[in-house]
Amino acid sequence: MTDTTDTESAPVEELESDQDPSAPEMSVADQRRATHDMWVSGTEDTYPFAAATDEGAQEMLPQADDPGASMQAGIAVDDDYTSEVLVDPDERQIINMGPQHPSTHGVLRLHLELEGETVRRVKPIIGYLHTGMEKTAETLTYAQGGTNVTRMDYLAPFHNELAYSLTVEQLLGLEVPARASAIRVLMTELNRVASHLLWAATQGMDIGALSMMIYGWREREICLDFFEKTTGLRMNHNYIRPGGVAADLPDGWQDDVTNLIAVVSAGIGEYEELLNENPIFLDRTMGVGVITPQECKEYGVTGPMARASGVDWDLRKAAPYCGIDQYDFDVPLGRHGDVHDRYTVRMEEMRQSLHIAGQIVETIPSGDYRAEDRKVTPPPRKRIDESMEALIHHFKLFTEGINVPEGTAYQSVEGPRGELGCLIVSKGGTRPWRMHWRAPSFAAVQALPVMMTDSLLADVVASLASADPVLGDVDR
Amino acid sequence: MAGVAAEPGFLMTTLEKGVNWARTQSMWPASFGLACCAIEMMGTGAAHNDLARFGMEVFRASPRQADLMIVAGRVSQKMAPVLRQVYDQMAEPKWVLSMGACASSGGMFNNYALVQGVDQVVPVDMYVPGCPPGPQSLIHGILSLQQLIMDGEIRNSTGVV
Amino acid sequence: MTGEMPTVESDSSAVPGTENDLVASVIDGFDGATVTEHATASSATVYHQVSVSVDDWVSVVRKAKNAGFDAFVDLYAVDHFAQAPRYEVGVNLISMENNQRIIISTRVPYDDATVPTLTGVFVGANFYEREAYDLIGIDFPGHPDLTRILLPDEWVGHPLRKDSSVGAIPVQFKAGSVDL
Ligand code: SF4
Repeated sequence: MTDTTDTESAPVEELESDQDPSAPEMSVADQRRATHDMWVSGTEDTYPFAAATDEGAQEMLPQADDPGASMQAGIAVDDDYTSEVLVDPDERQIINMGPQHPSTHGVLRLHLELEGETVRRVKPIIGYLHTGMEKTAETLTYAQGGTNVTRMDYLAPFHNELAYSLTVEQLLGLEVPARASAIRVLMTELNRVASHLLWAATQGMDIGALSMMIYGWREREICLDFFEKTTGLRMNHNYIRPGGVAADLPDGWQDDVTNLIAVVSAGIGEYEELLNENPIFLDRTMGVGVITPQECKEYGVTGPMARASGVDWDLRKAAPYCGIDQYDFDVPLGRHGDVHDRYTVRMEEMRQSLHIAGQIVETIPSGDYRAEDRKVTPPPRKRIDESMEALIHHFKLFTEGINVPEGTAYQSVEGPRGELGCLIVSKGGTRPWRMHWRAPSFAAVQALPVMMTDSLLADVVASLASADPVLGDVDR
Repeated sequence: MAGVAAEPGFLMTTLEKGVNWARTQSMWPASFGLACCAIEMMGTGAAHNDLARFGMEVFRASPRQADLMIVAGRVSQKMAPVLRQVYDQMAEPKWVLSMGACASSGGMFNNYALVQGVDQVVPVDMYVPGCPPGPQSLIHGILSLQQLIMDGEIRNSTGVV
Repeated sequence: MTGEMPTVESDSSAVPGTENDLVASVIDGFDGATVTEHATASSATVYHQVSVSVDDWVSVVRKAKNAGFDAFVDLYAVDHFAQAPRYEVGVNLISMENNQRIIISTRVPYDDATVPTLTGVFVGANFYEREAYDLIGIDFPGHPDLTRILLPDEWVGHPLRKDSSVGAIPVQFKAGSVDL
């Protein structure tokens, strides 16, 4: 408690007082950059890889020099049972975890300042998967863009495509048919299940419940089989496109979805049997990695993580898209904001998503699966052989792309990790001028220090897994 | 294995084949998951596709215990030095399998951020195409690599010894 | 903004085009602030985009936070290149109580691409401002740790600026054999 408040206020003061006599005109940031230059030039004769694999100024520095890392620590909450400071801050050690570490869920790198086994400060270092997708998007037409965006959050490809398609449709002012919307909801909700299943698998693995890993993958495979049957690919589908979806659901999809719901529901029951009363699981999750509702709002944390803290906010309810408000579902809420509540919230979310999918099987409207707008969606294959006009439309669409009027649009959907938003600035033409993504994992990674500060080293892994960051989403 | 002699109790082979056989049948991969492909790589190791059938289920976290590096996903400019360092930490003999379009050639992201093919950083023995390659493709790639080792001479990463 | 929100009490709003009390109260007293209303995919919801001058940037955001827009969602930067002022920085906030979303944006010119930091208002702006600095090159004076976040430290330039190329290199054909 005392420690955290110290870390928040002390460094800033110290820096300001340091700053004035030595280098009055230098900002804190400039100092950091200058430190880095010094550091790089000083390492010529050391181990050659040190310079190459080091991020210099992005690294965590001693406490007094790193107000950025200290700022992230958050307020002290009751999970900080190790808040008593035992040793002099100078005797703490900074250790590096990642970017190549089995439990960092990809290529996240954490710098942890340890005092014995207690983590005092944490600094996430990201960017190891930076793919430049926002730049690539500027060179792709709107018709091609889906291929690019689906690879951002690779565990929720349908959500990426949906956010992108809705934004483009917003700029076009296009309405999609009811069946297309229902298919979109079906696919995104099943995607939420697949993503949460993978989360359950990795969360289990990270805290030592290895059987959970095998079970989670087993059920996820059934979801992937259905995706493959519908879209042709197991991941990165590019199935939801501006104007509708790429193809209608395959024959016999009702049976597939019904079967999927039955199998996955049974699976969820099995996991709960395995974990709910498992003393090791409870000890490792309860009261660990707490984040308060206030902190969630401050740091931009949304989705199941915020709901586990009791923030009643779900875009499916607050700003329903694709007619998802027609279906009956609940938004589960937690109370404590710890790892265990995130587990219960996600388990319940899977059930609710399956419930939505079940309703869609029964109520799906018939009709077209994409809008009849030949400037946006291609004509049916058969028409191309018969009509010159259809051929021209087809050709124009796939060479030139969709012409989108000038404007700015922001549209977000409730992804499995929280608010997944897409901002497109269009200056007319067939390519976006700028595409910016509001990635839920980015905010979650930013909030990691809040959860990890002043807890035990072993809990770092549990907190990290419960945040469920996808590094493709963080770095884009 | 080479032929079995007529007399029971003899097993004859060349040293080369014996060594290569031993190397192929328990190749431990270092998990080097980077992006979407890593999910498929984990899926290959999990229950449904069960890479354990080929003696490869032991994904090692430490590169020092691994023989095969499966580079699964896109390699950014920031990650490339790390990749090289992990490769250098692996003990001989070692092989590299480049999984997916991104690792093999940069894939669809020909831009400032990505290394256009991991073979610019480490020597690659096998490329597996796909975006992402399905578990079957990956298994096929691994089996082809095993065949390659089996058929070849005893070698380490820099050449024949 | 949902249907039940009355739209008639906009008499206090000094800015034309604002039919929303909450948004009007945020920009009340700031000269030159303009509001545009944007539709979203859900017919019941809209969001408001407010443009303010860079001098008012922090005060408007702080006022919005006090007015109920207390959840930080996003901070973005855009390079408009030929349109002066060249850069746009925007922050996306939501008010969960009122179910409203507001995007507050400001424009800064090329030769003075500095926007005061929001880290004093929302701690969550930390990473987002680092990202905007890294990719677009906006300077955020007052930010405690404005270093690159996605790219390596040695990187020169800001790739998402419009005058920076995609950096594509010609496809290289590599020798190899295909196993059929
Ligand atoms: S090849 Fe495709 S699936 Fe693999 S990392 Fe690249 S984009 Fe992802």
